[in-house]
Amino acid sequence: MFGYEFYVDPSRCIGCRACEAACAECETHRGVPMISVDFIDRSLGTETVPTVCMHCDNPTCAQVCPADAIKKTEDGVVQSALKPRCIACGNCVVACPFGVPKVMVKQQLMMKCDMCYDRTSVGKKPLCATVCPSGALSYVRPAEIALRRERPVNTFRFGNQTVTTKVFMMAPAKREEIAIDVADYVWEPR
Amino acid sequence: MSGLDDSAKPGDGPLWREEFPVRAVDERLVTRRQFAKFLTLTSLGMLVGNAWILVRSLFKDPAPASVAFRIAAASEVPPGSVRLFAYPGPNDPCILIRTAADQLYAYSQKCTHLSCAVYCDATARTLECPCHNGRFTLEEGRVLAGPPTRPLPRILVERRGDDLVAVGVDLQVRA
Repeated sequence: MFGYEFYVDPSRCIGCRACEAACAECETHRGVPMISVDFIDRSLGTETVPTVCMHCDNPTCAQVCPADAIKKTEDGVVQSALKPRCIACGNCVVACPFGVPKVMVKQQLMMKCDMCYDRTSVGKKPLCATVCPSGALSYVRPAEIALRRERPVNTFRFGNQTVTTKVFMMAPAKREEIAIDVADYVWEPR
Repeated sequence: MSGLDDSAKPGDGPLWREEFPVRAVDERLVTRRQFAKFLTLTSLGMLVGNAWILVRSLFKDPAPASVAFRIAAASEVPPGSVRLFAYPGPNDPCILIRTAADQLYAYSQKCTHLSCAVYCDATARTLECPCHNGRFTLEEGRVLAGPPTRPLPRILVERRGDDLVAVGVDLQVRA
């Protein structure tokens, strides 16, 4: 849909999993949701975060694919793996900095969120964004999201790798980019 | 991390990346599916085209309208001479042969192989096509030699008083 962008705001997520249920309804991958709602740290709190594909400008999953199975369309959407090409090696699963692709072992196929390409390409909203009750997933015009206190960011830094994405993450105001150093998350004995 | 650089443009990277690009619009190699689609659609087009030609030939009148056409006065074509004319249309060249024995033969001048103009070889009593050495008999227009497979269409000639008149075309197509 021209002029519309996808915004993810984890601070609004209430963990209802309506997005997962709606995604699994889709007939292109019936029963298997391409979005996941994860607890950040179940032992410490109930905060949840929805994970959709961020549709990187230079997708790492496609860069590491040995079978040339992951393609990016002209409108910036990174597609699910092409069924005749995917060899289910799982390179993309390991490489994606956002942890989006999943290998379906039974089908020998990687499947991931393709921003409901069958819907967005004909002017409809992605299914998850239509059902999200709290606005954690929004598919709106930039002017609409600018009314919110948080600021949309689509630049991420993972160590030395900088990733720009089509999907925006709502970050605290004044934040230019989201930087994550994996070393910060390595468990250390206290 | 050059492979993951966002500013990388097509042409910057290694050849394998150009041949297997991430962006679908940069793809320039023909996929197996595209090739199969091309083959299918082309064959379908040929089938439809051939069917159209077949249907059209079924409804087309095989024998052209027989209209009389005055070729020349008999005195203008003395025995042992040849005269060219156009029949039934102005773009259908024909050849009229009057033998020394005063026999009249007329055929379409278009060789049935590739439409070169045939000429009369009076000594061998044949019609010869110079392009690929096709030969036809003078009496019947039958193929004697060379690549043509069908006989020359015969022009039916009548004498009407002093005039030589073409009255029809016998395509000489044997069933």
